[in-house]
Amino acid sequence: MAKTLFEKIWEKHLVSTLPDGNSLIYIDRHLVHEVTSPQAFEGLRLSGRKVRRPELTFATMDHNVPTDDRMNIKDPISKAQVDALTKNCKEFGVKLYDLNSDQQGIVHIIGPELGLTVPGATIVCGDSHTSTHGAFGTFALGIGTSEVEHVLATQCLPQKKPKTFKVEFKGQLKPRVTAKDLVLKLIGLIGTAGGTGYVIEYCGDAIRSLSMEGRMTVCNMSIEAGARAGMIAPDQITFDYISKPGRPFAPKGDDLVRAIAYWKTLPSDPDAKFDRELVIDASTIAPQVTWGTSPGMVLDVTSRIPEPGKVPGYAARDVEQALNYMGLKPGTPITDIKIDTVFIGSCTNARIEDLRAAAAVFKGKKVAASVKVLVVPGSQQVLKQAEAEGLDRIFKDSGAQWRQSGCSMCLAMNPDFLQPGERCASTSNRNFEGRQGKGGRTHLVSPEMAAAAAIAGHFVDIRNI
Amino acid sequence: MKPLKAHNGIVATLDRANVDTDQIIAKQFLKSIARTGFGSQLFYDWRYLPDGKADPTFPLNQDRFKNASILVAKNNFGCGSSREHAVWAIDQYGFKVVVAPWQDREGGRVPGFADIFKNNCSKNALLTIELSEAEVEKIFKTVDAHPGLTATADVEKQTLTLHAKPEISFHFEIDAAVKERLLNGLDDIGITLKAESDITAFEKTHTSYISR
Repeated sequence: MAKTLFEKIWEKHLVSTLPDGNSLIYIDRHLVHEVTSPQAFEGLRLSGRKVRRPELTFATMDHNVPTDDRMNIKDPISKAQVDALTKNCKEFGVKLYDLNSDQQGIVHIIGPELGLTVPGATIVCGDSHTSTHGAFGTFALGIGTSEVEHVLATQCLPQKKPKTFKVEFKGQLKPRVTAKDLVLKLIGLIGTAGGTGYVIEYCGDAIRSLSMEGRMTVCNMSIEAGARAGMIAPDQITFDYISKPGRPFAPKGDDLVRAIAYWKTLPSDPDAKFDRELVIDASTIAPQVTWGTSPGMVLDVTSRIPEPGKVPGYAARDVEQALNYMGLKPGTPITDIKIDTVFIGSCTNARIEDLRAAAAVFKGKKVAASVKVLVVPGSQQVLKQAEAEGLDRIFKDSGAQWRQSGCSMCLAMNPDFLQPGERCASTSNRNFEGRQGKGGRTHLVSPEMAAAAAIAGHFVDIRNI
Repeated sequence: MKPLKAHNGIVATLDRANVDTDQIIAKQFLKSIARTGFGSQLFYDWRYLPDGKADPTFPLNQDRFKNASILVAKNNFGCGSSREHAVWAIDQYGFKVVVAPWQDREGGRVPGFADIFKNNCSKNALLTIELSEAEVEKIFKTVDAHPGLTATADVEKQTLTLHAKPEISFHFEIDAAVKERLLNGLDDIGITLKAESDITAFEKTHTSYISR
């Protein structure tokens, strides 16, 4: 019978069917960070359980990390959480990439860098953006802390089989339109609950043309469409990424040859059936800017702020609440919206290609006087690479701040946050109320669009630059 | 996990769609390494004024919803971050049941709760009930017409009954595995460990083509 990529991985990881009808799925990689794990380790301690497969479990600290003086965490509660991870990893024998490590970074950025993320595997992490790893043809899903404890104790996860949703992007993206715009467009079309209950498989020419980094951006935001996971079938671009030197956990030599032969069997069979299908013409996608407090409140940069009652999928009252919070009036052209802050970072858009794209816009230009710009690389490896290429100089010369790696202002758990009323062009993934700081106003955009807005002081259509 | 067979309590309504987990429990409270103490932090940015006083315009601060333990909101409740702290906060505030509407849309039915949130609820004996938009509208209207309205959620019978005059009862669907766990207060890890021999056998032959 013809199978989808997801079904092939699911079947290969099915340990047993539980008496209650759930499937018990084996987990190949468990990624851990400091925020959602302490209560899980404590649960193990209380029940006298061990980590079943510590060698398949990898930890880093990213959410609380200051991006200026990273070794000096001033907030005692943040410090205690980071220290708890160190202690737990030591006690349970889990490999930790801590703040002294050259390989520390946002958990979803270092997984692929280290070669932990490979096609056909199952990956979980107590973080909703675990969907990022699906870019490699991996079944990767975010879980809660009870499930983190479950995987630590059993290396398995009871799951109800999700439905499958094929999203095909026909044609090619136009120049200056990015993976970020592609996925924001999808969320605008299907809504933030449009993928709930599904695993999305992205396919089509526009997806095939994306680099691994672009594919990670797309899969990363699957959760913003409500999807359990996002996936892209592996191909030569995937194999080339994994084969690069410096990925300690990736298969090598004969193992790699055997692995690639297996990975080539993973793509969905041509006649495989999906529970839902959608086709989008990629060539019609324009640069996207969110205007509200839900990632589905998104429009082309050429649009005007909508009237309540005229936004598909949102009740008039939802739109009124969002506009009130965002301090915006219907009819305002998006390109008239002035910004105070620009954040270039996060597991969505803080890989080297994102920084190169932003730097290309900043090069030789100055940030508008009223705008503060934070560039936060996704990992220490990205930071080093960027500095080797001189990108840090470009950012600093234009007036942007060049920081150390971490989650930073994406969720503002560390000292990087917006003040009430401050308006931010952000390359992150969520524009929820208060996400980047209480009262802060977030507009989600691509790195290029964020950089262009930093220079102009307001949103601009990157295609006109 | 404690069993939850049925729950009776006061119904509170929150007229908001897409209530995200950032809003349910703000980031500054995720720094705790404990599993308790989140109740007073629930809906922090909506609940408190800048001076720390309760915002009287926020529904849960109003007398009519004092001691409420059944929360009714709009579509796509619990979207966003996977933080289980959101469920702990709702539970520790005193809610035992959350109700949200599914929606019929082009492409199929859209669930009322986000996946990870709903999953996290099932690990904490917090009952999630999905009803149609019309049924949830009916609850909002009934609550407005009956100050202090109470309701009973019965897991066994899969009914939510509003104790209005006359009583109004809704049937809800629930995943069989979740129902069994709620009724019996089962420990998920304990269930999985009963399959220990299956896991060990699986590990002997499983190759995921990843370097170890």
